[in-house]
Amino acid sequence: MKQILSVGIDIGTSTTQVIFSSLSVENTSGYFTVPKISIVGKDILYKGEIHRTPLRTRTLIDGEAVREIVAAEFQKAGYTPSQTETGAVIITGESARKENSEEVLRYLSDFAGEFVVSTAGPDIESIVAGKGSGAAAYSEDNGVAVVNLDIGGGTTNAVIFDDGEVTAKGCLDIGGRLVTVDASGRIDYISDSARQVAQSVGVELRQGDAARIEDLTKLCDGYAAVLEQFLGLSGKTSLLDALKTPGSSDFVLHPKLRAVCFSGGVADFVYGTQQDPFHFGDIGVLLGQAIRRSKVCSAFRVIGAAETIRATVVGAGTYTTSVSGSTIDYSDGLFPLKNVPVLRLDAKEQAACFAGDPSVLREKLKWFLQQNDCKNAVIAMDGESDPSYIAVQRLAQSIVDGADGVLSPNEPVMIVLRHDMAKVLGRQVRALLADKRPVISIDSIIVQQNDYIDMGRPLMDGMVIPVVVKTLIFG
Amino acid sequence: MMDNNELLSRIIAEVLAEMGGSVPASAVESAVKASMASTGAGASHSSGAADIDITTDITSKESKATPTLDNPADMDSLMRMKGKTPARIGVGRAGGRLKTQTLLTLRADHAAAKDAVFMDVDPALLEKMGLFSVTTMCTDKNQFLTRPDLGRKFSDEAIREIQSKCQKNPDVQIYASDGLSSTAIKANLENILPAIMDGLKAKGISVGTPFFVKYGRVGAEDAISEALGAKVVCVLIGERPGLATAESMSAYIAYNATVGMPEARRTVVSNIHSGGIAAVEAGAYIADLIEKILKAKKSGVELQN
Repeated sequence: MKQILSVGIDIGTSTTQVIFSSLSVENTSGYFTVPKISIVGKDILYKGEIHRTPLRTRTLIDGEAVREIVAAEFQKAGYTPSQTETGAVIITGESARKENSEEVLRYLSDFAGEFVVSTAGPDIESIVAGKGSGAAAYSEDNGVAVVNLDIGGGTTNAVIFDDGEVTAKGCLDIGGRLVTVDASGRIDYISDSARQVAQSVGVELRQGDAARIEDLTKLCDGYAAVLEQFLGLSGKTSLLDALKTPGSSDFVLHPKLRAVCFSGGVADFVYGTQQDPFHFGDIGVLLGQAIRRSKVCSAFRVIGAAETIRATVVGAGTYTTSVSGSTIDYSDGLFPLKNVPVLRLDAKEQAACFAGDPSVLREKLKWFLQQNDCKNAVIAMDGESDPSYIAVQRLAQSIVDGADGVLSPNEPVMIVLRHDMAKVLGRQVRALLADKRPVISIDSIIVQQNDYIDMGRPLMDGMVIPVVVKTLIFG
Repeated sequence: MMDNNELLSRIIAEVLAEMGGSVPASAVESAVKASMASTGAGASHSSGAADIDITTDITSKESKATPTLDNPADMDSLMRMKGKTPARIGVGRAGGRLKTQTLLTLRADHAAAKDAVFMDVDPALLEKMGLFSVTTMCTDKNQFLTRPDLGRKFSDEAIREIQSKCQKNPDVQIYASDGLSSTAIKANLENILPAIMDGLKAKGISVGTPFFVKYGRVGAEDAISEALGAKVVCVLIGERPGLATAESMSAYIAYNATVGMPEARRTVVSNIHSGGIAAVEAGAYIADLIEKILKAKKSGVELQN
């Protein structure tokens, strides 16, 4: 068994967290068949403190202060950046604004080991939180559709898993810190989102006024009502559209949604933790209680979360890395590779390649490299589950011919397949290229057009490659 | 092959024709359906033969993927479970017994398994692939099945034929053998053999002349290895079919194989078929494995440790 040290760093609107975990990789197939190497264990080694995210203004993160927090956590955990082999830095919620993200990642560049992914955006956060909370595993284990609501300071990230697979993701501007209350009990911040909801429920909120529990409870009931609309439990109003987080996906409801899971800082109060309403100087406690009273909790089976406030950081640290199939092929000395854009061939384009026609691939590759202003791309396709040898030979020839003259000399040919056929295809491509270009051919990886992929150094006697697929990158 | 429906239709049409007058095909078909339905009509429960659509192939993937359980509480979950296993779950029952369709499917799968054992590999396939064929000391299928010892031995004449037609002292000697499933050879050999041979040649490893052994057991590879002086011998052989697939092939690989050596010295790659590891990918993997065995100068359990 091999252990990989993975770091997760989550920088959210209200909190900044660091965790370290160990991923165990092992051959799970028997002696008598082809090896199958999988991640068999995910153990959290160190959970850092939950730090308030340092801000320079209401929405601008203090990058330097974040750097100090992360550096201190590394030291307390007893790890150095060079020891971490994989992981993710996730910048979430309101703090994921571009100017913020870029600055923070610049400050954190020393801690992002050679294989740590920097990523951001509401969709990714939704998925990562849903994995960290245990909703994805519950969905797979029980074969049901589960929605995870990660309710943080600024946003509620929603994701639906059906049988462990993501079917929908979305994000709303609903969170615990959209109204804050100062030490003297006066309202000192009201977000745009809170103003709109307050107006709809007939509550007048004014900065500087004493915070009244009745008013803020009404506001939170308003937020809970929007969540009910979001989950199809009551008729939609224009407020639902108004609260949709810019840049997030359209949330497509699953017809057979059975269960709901909560994570994020507000989740504990949905699950019933008792706390003084303004203990955190915000509406988080009241919001949790309002959601607990709402139809969101009565219409679905409410499942317990493995992690609440730490779901995103745990997800980032333990669920972003996967491993390739165990029969793959690659030239030596190419890894690690970061942020390689993905050119995905659809069924028709793949069929052309299988039929021995390289022109489709050549044109598409040329166009893609120009569009993205990049030198190379991963050529991704489904492949076939049981191809004939002749078909593999034709496909290899198409790929070699398609890349010829489009990729500059010495650029590797990189192939990512879904079906288990990468080794035989890689061998064929290598035989045809006769060392003119290096080759990477890996499988059992599902990627979409415009994803990016990171490939780490080979593990387990070189049998597998750790892979991170991401849908958005910064820097 | 003609299915029952077609056969019945033809018989009815012939009988009617003898009685004089022609009959439209549609009339015959409805007569057949009525007769099939009446077979099951005697049963009072809902799972008689009348439920079975005789025009579908009950052994097909699509048919097996469809639950026959009456009124499942959660169809989605059942479909998911069925997607994860070829086992016969969600099939329901008629009283304490299997439904007719389940029983027929079991018998059809059993028939396919028996076919895989009793059929011979098509000589046209061997000819197309340029493989000559030698037979072990078994004289027919029945003897092959009842005398495993003879399936591991060759006559002197057969050994001489092998020696005269094959390159001597290769690094690797690969051959194919029917074993207990000729269907496995038909399904996989054309894809796996060139994948292994090309893979080995690319590594600069010399590969002997491939051929085919009829009525062969795994242990026959030891005699072949001795006869040809191969460092590594690899047989691609049909595995005893089950009710899930009759197409499964394995590769048994041994370093410096000798007659009478312990079975533990064989390295095996099993489950090669369309529902397991694809033949082409298995071929590429086996080429790597053989290279590893040649380097380590050992195979089987000794290689693992």
